[in-house]
Amino acid sequence: MMDYFLQQLINGLTLGAVYGLIAIGYTMVYGIIGMINFAHGEIFMIGSFISLISFLILSSIGAFSAVFAILIVLLVTMIFTAVFGWSVERIAYRPLRDSFKLAPLISAIGMSIFLQSFVQVFQGARPKPLQPIMHGGIKLLEHDGFAVQISYLQIIIILLTVGLMIGFTAVIQQTPLGRSQRACEQDRTMAALLGVNVDRTISLTFVMGAALAAVAGLMFTLYYGVIDFFIGFLAGVKAFTAAVLGGIGSLPGAMLGGVLIGLIEAFWSAYFSIAYKDVAVFMVLVLVLIFRPTGLLGRPEVEKV
Amino acid sequence: MTRILDVSGLHTYYGRIQALKGVDVVVDKGEIVTLIGANGAGKSTLLMTICGKPRATAGKIIYDGQDITHMETFQIVRQGIAQSPEGRRIFSRMTVLENLQMGATTGNPADFDGDLERVYTLFPRLKQRQTQRSGTMSGGEQQMLAIGRALMSRPRLLLLDEPSLGLAPLVVKQIFEVIKEINEQQGVTVFLVEQNAYHALKLAHRGYVMKTGSITMSGTGKELLASSEVRSAYLEGGH
Ligand SMILES: Nc1ncnc2c1ncn2[C@@H]1O[C@H](COP(=O)(O)OP(=O)(O)OP(=O)(O)O)[C@@H](O)[C@H]1O
Ligand SMILES: [Mg+2]
Repeated sequence: MMDYFLQQLINGLTLGAVYGLIAIGYTMVYGIIGMINFAHGEIFMIGSFISLISFLILSSIGAFSAVFAILIVLLVTMIFTAVFGWSVERIAYRPLRDSFKLAPLISAIGMSIFLQSFVQVFQGARPKPLQPIMHGGIKLLEHDGFAVQISYLQIIIILLTVGLMIGFTAVIQQTPLGRSQRACEQDRTMAALLGVNVDRTISLTFVMGAALAAVAGLMFTLYYGVIDFFIGFLAGVKAFTAAVLGGIGSLPGAMLGGVLIGLIEAFWSAYFSIAYKDVAVFMVLVLVLIFRPTGLLGRPEVEKV
Repeated sequence: MTRILDVSGLHTYYGRIQALKGVDVVVDKGEIVTLIGANGAGKSTLLMTICGKPRATAGKIIYDGQDITHMETFQIVRQGIAQSPEGRRIFSRMTVLENLQMGATTGNPADFDGDLERVYTLFPRLKQRQTQRSGTMSGGEQQMLAIGRALMSRPRLLLLDEPSLGLAPLVVKQIFEVIKEINEQQGVTVFLVEQNAYHALKLAHRGYVMKTGSITMSGTGKELLASSEVRSAYLEGGH
């Protein structure tokens, strides 16, 4: 029984890494401009397509070691997906920034539908498979014919996520860019009065969120081996749930929320019903919104000024 | 003396409400100029309009010979203007040091340590509180931080909006002494909005009086202090 539990823990952490990376994009954008970027799930989906296409191109060129191929694809995917994230803000949100509050939300939903259709038109509606890039793993335990295994891919996913989150937190906490982002979160006018280029700072926030979603997209492609133009919806809603669970606007909250949602999904599938795993996640969203709308690590709205 | 700021015919609206109705103000290099006026006269609006938030609908703002009326806010302040705005607007979730680092956004990183030391010399309290979350400081300490943050960019023109608001008389005195010191020793030109008309006019070389969006009087600090109109309207009850 312990073995089974341990195996679900590993699976849940892997899933949680993916959700956590996407959740950061929701939470950062919410923090800095106070809107839910509903197109963020689609940015993740585009990241998974760019990674799939890059893998196909690489494998058609010739043989590379798996780790090397993953690194190249990682870089390419982050760059191209970031361009999408940047464009979404420029085209759909910036012109509406001083408009009424609902306008950017509506624009976000429109953007989300547009990006889905865009991929559907250019990549087709059918699921796209990718041959496994990486095989094998480490057997941690084995008895009674049940083995607890962590695959090399899971190790890479978890390590890469932990590394990115540490690096990312350092950028936000320690660098001038991160400081400007936090300043814009609190008071954009004041930040501008101190010489911060607010538009540029907001753009960079979208770029960073998209780059992390791109990594999540790459991981998803590798882990599941099949993607389609609709994966952004479910993954997006789950990552959004993770961000709300952790406390929207809170960076550690998004990471914690991602891990928790991954674990809930894995354990629910294992012990209750795999068919209802998505429902379980949405139940969490509803419960959090009812009982603790500020989330686990979110700050209460009132501030001493 | 050379002109550092020349505001002429400035109009500013908030939606349909007109807050500035053709304001003319000039400030020369090295001066302390104060702007007094009743609540809602448009003083804060003038300081913010100089920085491009909100934008003027008519009129001209010349800073150091350059037309800045239509520049972006972050570009305006990069020319050498700093503002400690109404309500202080410190970043309450950041530490004192981080607030000062934000103040140095436009500065040269090589100057940072020296500028920080300069601000700490003016306000030793800030040095003690370096790592404290600034939102938990007292009102007086927050005001010191707001001024210190504005100084971190090495401004040539410093805009101060009611730096004495809500402070104990002793702290007010201290703040006014610092303003004088900044002006005399560091050569920073100061444009000072104040409710505390008596102190402000005593400190300033010149002053303006604003009433419902227009300048109604101007003169040296001494002249305005002596004027019966100013005395009855803004110096009621002594000082
Ligand atoms: N953001 C805003 N939106 C709408 N009206 C505003 C806004 N800010 C100021 N006003 C209005 O513009 C006018 C001038 O306000 P302003 O804040 O410039 O006055 P002030 O002279 O600084 O007053 P105080 O001494 O109280 O600070 C007031 O009538 C005020 O109600
Ligand atoms: Mg005011």
